[in-house]
Amino acid sequence: MTKHKKTDFQWRNKHLIGLSDLSREEIEFILDTARGFEEISTRSIKKAPALRGKVVVNMFFEDSTRTRNSFTLAAGRLSADVIEFSKSYSSVSKGETLIDTARNLEAMGVDIVVIRHGAGGAPKLLSRSINACVVNAGDGYHEHPTQALLDVYTIRQIKGTLDGLKIGIVGDIAHSRVARSNIYAMTKLGAEVTLIGPPTLMPAQVQKLPVQVSCDLDAVIEKLDVINMLRIQFERLGGNLFPSIREYSHFFGLTVDRMKKAKPDMLVMHPGPINRGLEIESEVADGPRSVILRQVANGLAIRMAVLFLVNQAAAVEAKEQKS
Amino acid sequence: MKILLDEKQIDQILDRISSNIADDLGSHKELVVIGIRSRGEILAERLCSKLGRLLGKEIPFGTLDITLYRDDIHDPAGDIQPQVRTTEIDFDIHKTTILLVDDVLHTGRSVRAALDALTDLGRPRTIRLAVLVDRGSHELPIHADYVGIKSEVAEEESVRVQLKETDQIEQVTVE
Amino acid sequence: MTNGIRSILIKNGRLIDPANGVDEVADLLITEDKVQKIGRLDNKADTVLDATGRIVSPGLIDLHVHFRQPGDEEEETIASGSAAAVAGGFTSVVCMPNTNPPIDEATGVEFIHRMGRQARKTFIYVMGALTKDRKGEDLAEIGLMAQAGAIGFTDDGAGVQNTAVMLRAMKYASMFGLVVSQHCQDDSLARNGVMNAGYNSTILGLPGIDPLAEEMMLWRDIQLVKKTQVRYHAQHISTAGSVSIIRQAKEEGLPVTCEVTPHHLLLTEEYVRDYDTNYKVNPPLRTLADVEALRRAVQEGLIDALATDHAPHLKSEKELEFLAAPFGIASLECALPLYRKALIDPGLLDWPQMLAMLTWRPARILGVQKGTLAVGDRADVAIIDPDAEWTIDSGRFYSKSHNCPYDGWTVKGRVLQTIVAGELRYSADERSACRS
Repeated sequence: MTKHKKTDFQWRNKHLIGLSDLSREEIEFILDTARGFEEISTRSIKKAPALRGKVVVNMFFEDSTRTRNSFTLAAGRLSADVIEFSKSYSSVSKGETLIDTARNLEAMGVDIVVIRHGAGGAPKLLSRSINACVVNAGDGYHEHPTQALLDVYTIRQIKGTLDGLKIGIVGDIAHSRVARSNIYAMTKLGAEVTLIGPPTLMPAQVQKLPVQVSCDLDAVIEKLDVINMLRIQFERLGGNLFPSIREYSHFFGLTVDRMKKAKPDMLVMHPGPINRGLEIESEVADGPRSVILRQVANGLAIRMAVLFLVNQAAAVEAKEQKS
Repeated sequence: MKILLDEKQIDQILDRISSNIADDLGSHKELVVIGIRSRGEILAERLCSKLGRLLGKEIPFGTLDITLYRDDIHDPAGDIQPQVRTTEIDFDIHKTTILLVDDVLHTGRSVRAALDALTDLGRPRTIRLAVLVDRGSHELPIHADYVGIKSEVAEEESVRVQLKETDQIEQVTVE
Repeated sequence: MTNGIRSILIKNGRLIDPANGVDEVADLLITEDKVQKIGRLDNKADTVLDATGRIVSPGLIDLHVHFRQPGDEEEETIASGSAAAVAGGFTSVVCMPNTNPPIDEATGVEFIHRMGRQARKTFIYVMGALTKDRKGEDLAEIGLMAQAGAIGFTDDGAGVQNTAVMLRAMKYASMFGLVVSQHCQDDSLARNGVMNAGYNSTILGLPGIDPLAEEMMLWRDIQLVKKTQVRYHAQHISTAGSVSIIRQAKEEGLPVTCEVTPHHLLLTEEYVRDYDTNYKVNPPLRTLADVEALRRAVQEGLIDALATDHAPHLKSEKELEFLAAPFGIASLECALPLYRKALIDPGLLDWPQMLAMLTWRPARILGVQKGTLAVGDRADVAIIDPDAEWTIDSGRFYSKSHNCPYDGWTVKGRVLQTIVAGELRYSADERSACRS
């Protein structure tokens, strides 16, 4: 592999759909860029003019407070105008289609569309249909790239590198976009990932992913440098995938007792919002090894970097089309 | 290619500038030095230590990344995009006297961006500008307070500053 | 000719009549709606078609089409679908009953037949629903529909989930001697799946349909066939597992037949990787191993018929999210070259063998005297240029819908003329999706 000097690398993606498409170099470039945005949030005037005069629309077809606020704030800190658009999505509802909606917004001069959607592939569909930049804020069970970027950013911030780290992702992998994006980002950056959960919560042919799979948290936890506890999403569970919450917590909850088996410097992560006492005990979530709030803070820098980069790529593309 | 300054001349210039600055600003209690990334940062660091020696005290030093404040951000020159790097100023600039340092003063647009960036960081009492080379052709009403060398360079030519820390060699050339 | 009797003379074509083992260069004279003479002919005729270098085949039969009428005339009508059929060389097609309302009583059957006669393009057969409203609960009026001319029964679009209901439906249908056809899919396994379950569905984050969903129902139905001995036809089988189940049933001598579609012979789940809904189809596109198993099964003779499952859909519907878009591919007008690409090009079949799967073999499943071209037979004929190269342009389809993943493919083999009951109903010269 050729080693590029950092300054030679040019970001060329006007959309951020998923991390499965990105190289290690591209992922590292986003992380490096995000470092430059961290400082903005520490100032008294928390604003830079990088997206001044640009319009960002937050198109949320699914409830989300945290991710939406983070994107709104990120766009605001870069001086963009932000339109909030939300609509509940159901795959059977008739009426205006996603494409119609997006084309309407584009007619209003939107530059960047941040989309959260219940259907995997919706951002990809959008990116094919409109000219604006598309940033995926989570689509179905597909990907949640900015979440995974902030996760690896946080790990890198504390551990220096992901190379050689052993990371466990615990929970409902089958229905988790966070897990998928995490797997791509972490393995591309050199970590060894183990997925932990009952077989009913593992996706089809999980063994083909570049990961290890375990259904025994107690056996694995002592080796882990980082543990990422996924939220159990009751609303996603159509079927009877595990017998009860009590049984789930018993085998897969991160309890104070279980933490005793872990390395003393194991980081505890969670994409939020937490179901306290279910996948993670409060004392652990609020404990010294938890970096959950740091993840939230870093999310802002990551999202600023992503908005900035896609917009820059679009500017280059527009320039090339003109000439 | 024409050599404008060699290693020795650069050092002499920095000595001269720092002694001028010490004379003018030495009495300012809150003197700080901030360099514009990336060559300005190195020059600023050197100036900072020279000033420290002259004034017999530690002068705070910071670096400023101006990428987010550039006026060509939506209209990139060619297909090369500047990379965002970190601004590292770990002191409060409120009421300070800032010596802003860059390598080459040309259009004045980088300095404009730097002034905007500094304004978002706080409200300094005074900002002074020091540059190694003033090549003329200013497009904005911006002038340096301390100039290493003034040299009218033709529009199609470029001034290249190379410093040991980043380029192994130390010289300023016109090509 | 005189006396106002219609006649068409097809000169010098390669006459392939697989049912009768014919594959020779000969002339074919059609008078009125019948084949009059075959051989070296000097007769005069109203129309003389030079078929030098072309294949003259019995008209093609498609066991499985959706013409959306009644209910979704914006997507397709019997008229537009019939025009598409003859453009594809099909002189008989079988319409599925999953319309809106579904064809679950005799009036529906009569309606489809009437619209087919009015369209006057291809011959239209219709299958009736097995259960009322295709709900899989109460038996539809199978007998009355049979009397009205239904050619078989199926709840296509869904399989009959309840085993007891299916057993009852088979037993009851056996009284009329017609074929019972099934879209094999166990919904408790398939759930809300939209593509094949596997690595790709995991990567795409889309709910998958496990091959087991198809195989479980196929296996179950075959146990019911053992009990009822009803003639049973498995629609669009898509997995290697289904092939084994069919093989075993045939070895046991059960009256079981099956069909396979062009897409399950040509496309894999990899094509879904870009969330292109033109590849969303049910049963879903499977893996390369499944495609290979199906192709081998065709070569072995285990698969009885080729059928398009022509399923037209509106552009606006196919533009929806992959999760929400409807299942289906429209391929009636380009099916023949697709079959050629899947089966003849790799050397699995020759033209007579492939045409058998498009003529007399599907006719036998339906229990009709069609798909042959001997003197005295009904003159349903397709004239095919086997090597003509052309580019598929779904924008030029006669079909009202253009949801065709083969758009832009360059293919070989083209239908030049289609004759139905002695009438020239399609000629590639007029206007065609198949223009070179």
